[in-house]
Amino acid sequence: MRYIPHTQDDIRQMLRAIGVPSVESLFASIPEKLRLGRSLALPKAGSEQEVLAELAALAVCNAHTESHDWFLGAGTYAHFVPSAVDALASRAEFYTSYTPYQPEISQGTLQTIFEWQTMICALTGLEVSNASMYDGASATAEAALMAMRLTRRHKIVAAGLHPHYRDVLRTYSAGPQGVVAEAPREASGRTASLAPLLDRETACVVLQQPSFLGVVEEVQAAAEAAHAVGALLVVVVTEALSLALLRGPGELGADIVCGEAQSLGVPMSFGGPHLGFLATRSSFVRQMPGRVVGQTLDVRGRRGFVLTLSTREQHIRRERATSNICTNQGLMLLRATIYLALLGRRGLRELARMNLAKAAYLRARVRATPGLRLPISAPGFNEVVVGVTGSAEHALKRALDDRIVGGLDLAPYASELGPALLVCTTELASRSAIDRLVTALGEAAR
Amino acid sequence: MSADERQSVRPEALGHAARGLAYEEPLLFERSRPGRVGYSLPALDVPAVAPEDELPAALLRADCEGLPELSEVDVVRHFTRISTWNYAVDLGLYPLGSCTMKYNPKLNEAVASLAGFARTHPLQPVALSQGLLHLFHHLEKHLAEISGMDRVSLQPAAGAQGELAGVMMIRAYHEQRGERRSKILVPDSAHGTNPASAGLNGYEIISVPSGADGLLHPEAVAAVMGPDVAALMLTNPSTLGLFEEHIVRIAEIVHAGGGLVYGDGANLNALLGVARPGDLGIDVMHFNLHKTFSTPHGGGGPGAGPVGVKNLLAPYLPVPVVRKLSGSEGDGFALDYEFPHSIGRLHGNFGNVGMLVRAFAYIRTLGPDGLRRCAEMAVLNANYLLARLRGAYHVPFDRPVMHECVLSDAKLEATGITTLDVAKRLIDHGYHPPTVYFPLIVHGALMIEPTESESLEGLDHFVDAMLAIVREAEIDPETVRSAPHSTRLSRLDETRAARKPILRWQPGSFDS
Repeated sequence: MRYIPHTQDDIRQMLRAIGVPSVESLFASIPEKLRLGRSLALPKAGSEQEVLAELAALAVCNAHTESHDWFLGAGTYAHFVPSAVDALASRAEFYTSYTPYQPEISQGTLQTIFEWQTMICALTGLEVSNASMYDGASATAEAALMAMRLTRRHKIVAAGLHPHYRDVLRTYSAGPQGVVAEAPREASGRTASLAPLLDRETACVVLQQPSFLGVVEEVQAAAEAAHAVGALLVVVVTEALSLALLRGPGELGADIVCGEAQSLGVPMSFGGPHLGFLATRSSFVRQMPGRVVGQTLDVRGRRGFVLTLSTREQHIRRERATSNICTNQGLMLLRATIYLALLGRRGLRELARMNLAKAAYLRARVRATPGLRLPISAPGFNEVVVGVTGSAEHALKRALDDRIVGGLDLAPYASELGPALLVCTTELASRSAIDRLVTALGEAAR
Repeated sequence: MSADERQSVRPEALGHAARGLAYEEPLLFERSRPGRVGYSLPALDVPAVAPEDELPAALLRADCEGLPELSEVDVVRHFTRISTWNYAVDLGLYPLGSCTMKYNPKLNEAVASLAGFARTHPLQPVALSQGLLHLFHHLEKHLAEISGMDRVSLQPAAGAQGELAGVMMIRAYHEQRGERRSKILVPDSAHGTNPASAGLNGYEIISVPSGADGLLHPEAVAAVMGPDVAALMLTNPSTLGLFEEHIVRIAEIVHAGGGLVYGDGANLNALLGVARPGDLGIDVMHFNLHKTFSTPHGGGGPGAGPVGVKNLLAPYLPVPVVRKLSGSEGDGFALDYEFPHSIGRLHGNFGNVGMLVRAFAYIRTLGPDGLRRCAEMAVLNANYLLARLRGAYHVPFDRPVMHECVLSDAKLEATGITTLDVAKRLIDHGYHPPTVYFPLIVHGALMIEPTESESLEGLDHFVDAMLAIVREAEIDPETVRSAPHSTRLSRLDETRAARKPILRWQPGSFDS
């Protein structure tokens, strides 16, 4: 076994030192009748060559962004990842290390997290960021629980939220008896006025920006409505690239901004591992879940970084912790930090403008194509709801014939829009691919 | 010549640290120069639009102020330099107890980056995801066989989320039976995530004391078991590295009282192919794929924490559930959502799929014999370390151990050297320290888990370092107390960090 170095001689020598006759006898504390007494019923070991071939054979059974033109977003986004991200994140010093418990030999990880926290604060318009959460959905659930603790209230009003996020929010809030209500939409696609739904029991409004349907929402109005009843505003961002154009929700009154940063250099990887983030005001930091890194000095007065404020966390506070979370998404955080460093102040905006322009082009093409509609009038970023004639399922199949993954069938999520798709245009969507998509959807309408 | 320098020039000092070039490197923001770029975008092939024409002006930002401006070379040097400040499994023994820092195979990285895994979307058509669903189905089956559980959900993103799922299923089970049970029993040696996961579900925690031998005893459980107890959460082997010998009797007591038994799978590495939690009375457990099944720890994550259950909890598993089609349905796999008693969804998608792919590759590479070999060699390594260190360090519960051993600093008391000092001095000797001050029931604990990845000579070098520190504590305690000496930074001030938190860089914040 190439991962295990022991030779028979080594084993004999070690058993002698321990003073036992056999490896088997090391397990004497497990009563005989509790032992398995047979081999595990698993396929026998494969060589490196065989396992690689076996996995490669499975991989080719899945559609991916190189086998198809890609217009499917809805919370997970197909963006280009610069080569330097993979190269740097493949350094074993990063990926084969663990939680930076010993700061003297973990400064690479700690400084990266501090840089991440700084950039997340810049993008969200808030003062404090944690060191990441499992994914956007659990970050949203944790943000709502945090709001419940801060307000000592139980009602959560969700607006424009990704249906999977809403499900996770329900799962997480069931224990602390949270109640999740959903805000209705206007005909434009925007969230309707929130005020009628809010009262003195409301812990928070959870508003997705842009919404699940890709609509840019009025954050300031939501903040005013929430604050008027003493509730908090949680803004959820699933397409982190949108923050390059949109003002940090914190500047518009959001108390917590959280969501998914997979767009920033993290592979889609069938939905995980992704990168949840969470930022808030400094006054709320003691109720923030997850790890956080702070700057300090070492014994000789040199700047360094450590895990800090750990009295919030499970390993110290146990059942009174702000969350049960232990690991973060360190490796994904590293990728996103590298990505943001490469794209930087100018590149991120330029890329976001490119996404915006592609969506505008798609809308123009849809408008000019018989049989297709734009059922939503409110502005958006890089996602467009495209109404089709006949069934959305049929339209998507027609697109697949041309090796196009055309978007998400909205039938289970927003049937009132009629047959419709949620279509995402990132920088990977070329003009000709958009043209082919629109042609295919238009043909399906005939 | 100092002791450090002598160490580094000894030809047999393989595995020990030596001084090398250690680069200084500022923060990204301090390296930034206006006008530098580290990206290139394709030419825009559609008409350009102005954001102010597309989006409401009040919502637009003027600039991404706060992001740096760097060339690709700047960024590559920055992260390469700071990476060298990290210790890592690929550099050497990383004996963090209960973290199972085993080798992370390169093959696993290669397969996870195949486009057919890495560039796939969670909402793409099921018919075009059959390779992944096949992998999920078989990984679930493999984990069930390894653990003796009936069903497995791969969705939880980490061990703690697996625990959360497990406790939610326990709650749903009791509620379904019309019972309101408000307490969960947790041994005093447990990981903090156990009580935290139970607390997040609204349970009151009852701590169960370990016996004088470090084991959990049936009488201690019986004394607190009652009709209001929903479950016992237990780690086996325990965080002391001991097999809970009374597990079957303990499970009987909990079951007789109408409760369930949760198994924390953090230490499963010791049992692979030897014994199965499902055969020991465990009703629900989580796996840590980043521990037992070799997926990389990534500087703190991602983990992956699948949860396994006996059939009585299967109706409560998170959705979606992967189902193998049969009969008239044809071949292949489907995703099922309609489970009325399910606790619901825990993750936005299917969990940390990239980690599932790696764990699958690992299980396929080891096979049944290789997995058992892991447990055997991990246990051999831990007992060898215990045998070699027993004379020099206090062993609070001196019994044969499983995959890890717990020592303490009690024998060093006269020198004034503490566990923290030993840990910091180990860094000078070229090692990541063990887990320290945990489990909480051992004063000054040093919890050492070598894993099966370490060779005999590798362990001997570590022992040499541990023994050298005992000698140093006697003859030169100041060197130990002020360690580490070979790192860029030493003894960072954690109190200062917490008292006046600086959690992001701002212009001039370095001067403050």
